[in-house]
Amino acid sequence: MLEIKNLHVKLEEEDKQILKGVNLTVEAGKVHAIMGPNGSGKSTLSYVLSGRDGYEVTDGEATLAGEDILEMEPEERAAAGIFLAFQYPVEIPGVGNMTFLRTAVNAQRKARGEEELSASDFLKDVRAKAKTLKIDAEMLKRPVNVGFSGGEKKRNEILQMAMLEPKMCILDETDSGLDVDAMKLVSEGVNALRDEGRGFLVITHYQRLLDHIKPDVVHIMADGRIIKTGGPELALEVENNGYADILAEEGV
Amino acid sequence: MALPERKQSDTDARLAAMTLPEGGCLAEARKAALSRVQTMGLPNRRDEYWKYTRPDTLVQADAPTAAVFDAGEAPMFDEFDRLKVVFVDGVFDAEASDDLSLEGISIERIADICDKDIHWAKDLYGVLEARGQTPVARPLAALNTAFAQDGVVIRVTGTPSKPVNLVYRHGSDSSDAILHHVVRVESGASATILENGPAASRFNKCMEVDVADGGALHLVRAQGRDHERRAATHLFARLGTESVFKAFTLTVNGVLTRNEAVIELTGDDAVAHIAGACVGDGDFHHDDTVFITHDAVNCESRQVFKKVLRNGATGVFQGKILVKEGAQKTDGYQISQSLLLDDDSQFLAKPELEIYADDVACSHGSTSGAIDEEGLFYLRSRGVPTDVAADLLTLAFLAEAVEEIEDDEIAAALVARLEGWLARRR
Repeated sequence: MLEIKNLHVKLEEEDKQILKGVNLTVEAGKVHAIMGPNGSGKSTLSYVLSGRDGYEVTDGEATLAGEDILEMEPEERAAAGIFLAFQYPVEIPGVGNMTFLRTAVNAQRKARGEEELSASDFLKDVRAKAKTLKIDAEMLKRPVNVGFSGGEKKRNEILQMAMLEPKMCILDETDSGLDVDAMKLVSEGVNALRDEGRGFLVITHYQRLLDHIKPDVVHIMADGRIIKTGGPELALEVENNGYADILAEEGV
Repeated sequence: MALPERKQSDTDARLAAMTLPEGGCLAEARKAALSRVQTMGLPNRRDEYWKYTRPDTLVQADAPTAAVFDAGEAPMFDEFDRLKVVFVDGVFDAEASDDLSLEGISIERIADICDKDIHWAKDLYGVLEARGQTPVARPLAALNTAFAQDGVVIRVTGTPSKPVNLVYRHGSDSSDAILHHVVRVESGASATILENGPAASRFNKCMEVDVADGGALHLVRAQGRDHERRAATHLFARLGTESVFKAFTLTVNGVLTRNEAVIELTGDDAVAHIAGACVGDGDFHHDDTVFITHDAVNCESRQVFKKVLRNGATGVFQGKILVKEGAQKTDGYQISQSLLLDDDSQFLAKPELEIYADDVACSHGSTSGAIDEEGLFYLRSRGVPTDVAADLLTLAFLAEAVEEIEDDEIAAALVARLEGWLARRR
């Protein structure tokens, strides 16, 4: 599904290399987790994949279902099936959550040459999906993320994911700022979307989230590279011993 | 005191080109207004109050021409059930207008009241304008009172079943129109007035609004889209005890627009809201100048102005809240904001507070900013194309001002128009 080869990325504004040759393949139907110390490049990877400004790809490639995504605009990547659940979802005063969702859903359908959803079909869909995430009608009416609690913001990200039905979901520290109950709710939302045709890349600091969203593969990232790959047991190892041993072992 | 030479000659030149209409019962008011113009002189760029907006094209004897613009869409408010009063290039058009009779409201042409010796409007015509000349001179308003060619006097005595819509059509490339309206809302009465259209190549409009105790008036106007038109408008309002006055103006296009609002809260517990949204492109220059005087206890005033500017457009806001001695428990709020879509556009703001009471809550704020890049990326990352995302954020920016409109249907109609305009501009 998602294939990243030898990806090198530097900051546009300064001469600082962040990613130094990332290789990663996420197959459809699989959940990959990326863990790693602060500053290892995890969030940069998620931003580069979603097309945020400020980064320059100096080498390597990234494809989604065989299509080069690095040349695409963010909206084209979204239509192609990339979805980033933000670590810090953005507040947009004045734009209703419902308007935002409908605009996004229909923009993607249009970009893919599909018919736009009728108002009533959309409403039915959004209400059903919101309900499972315990998002009430009031929250749907409010401006996007404005005045939302940390947990509400993250649930709102998962609602967007559920509505947009992407091929490749990237979750950037979705567990940050969540209490135990909220984490459970968000994880259930993600698990409900696990599907044979869909890949997940879950970026997290903590094993905790991976108790709820069980990964197939765990990668450890450090200094702009993936230095170790293993099964779920790798996350447990990090939880128990920290990164020091692994880093030393891999000579970072 | 003699006027500066240049101001004297400019004023003389303009006045020489005009004749005072036959006044009837308004003759004295017109003469007094003319003498105010002669004393004050017409504005020029040296006047502090015109520091950010050049008044010369509004003052000069010959109005600059302005092409009539075919917007290619139905006029604003067309979908509403309303009583239409139509002016073409500043002249009442009976054919195009509806029957002016409606329960709870009386509407008469100024021309028709002049031959009456006694008329309620006689005590109002030019009165609020004259009051509004201190502490800041507004000579174009006095010029209007003196020379207005047409206009209506509206008296609201009940709750009319539909709004009155003053429609200003632009017919000739060289029209120069002066309209003066007087509105009196009687105690406990309530009405909505809608205004729309470009009016003329050059338009000088003055509206005097007197809201008696417990009365309410809502005014919503959409200034016409003709690119080359020029307009100087004045709104003078006086509010009695527990009265409400809410005004909203949407401006799109127009090479020059100066909208002045002078509001006086004279009765306790009165509420005045004045808001505006404008979208300007290119050589567009838009100026909102507001002066609110609190002269009673426990009154509320709100000013909310939002401007979207691009391709070198200029926005101006001069807003003042004056709280007089004894006007305790005043709640005054003022915000003016601009969204600058490029580096060539500019927003010039002069917010002012002058307070002589010690138990008041007054706040003002003014900001200028570009489109929120974080928000833009967030929307794009969800698949929303850049231009659609930018429009969404632009509308969101204007929303706070549009929300000031009391009537949701009217607000929705304005938003729909804005959406269409933004989408077509792409």
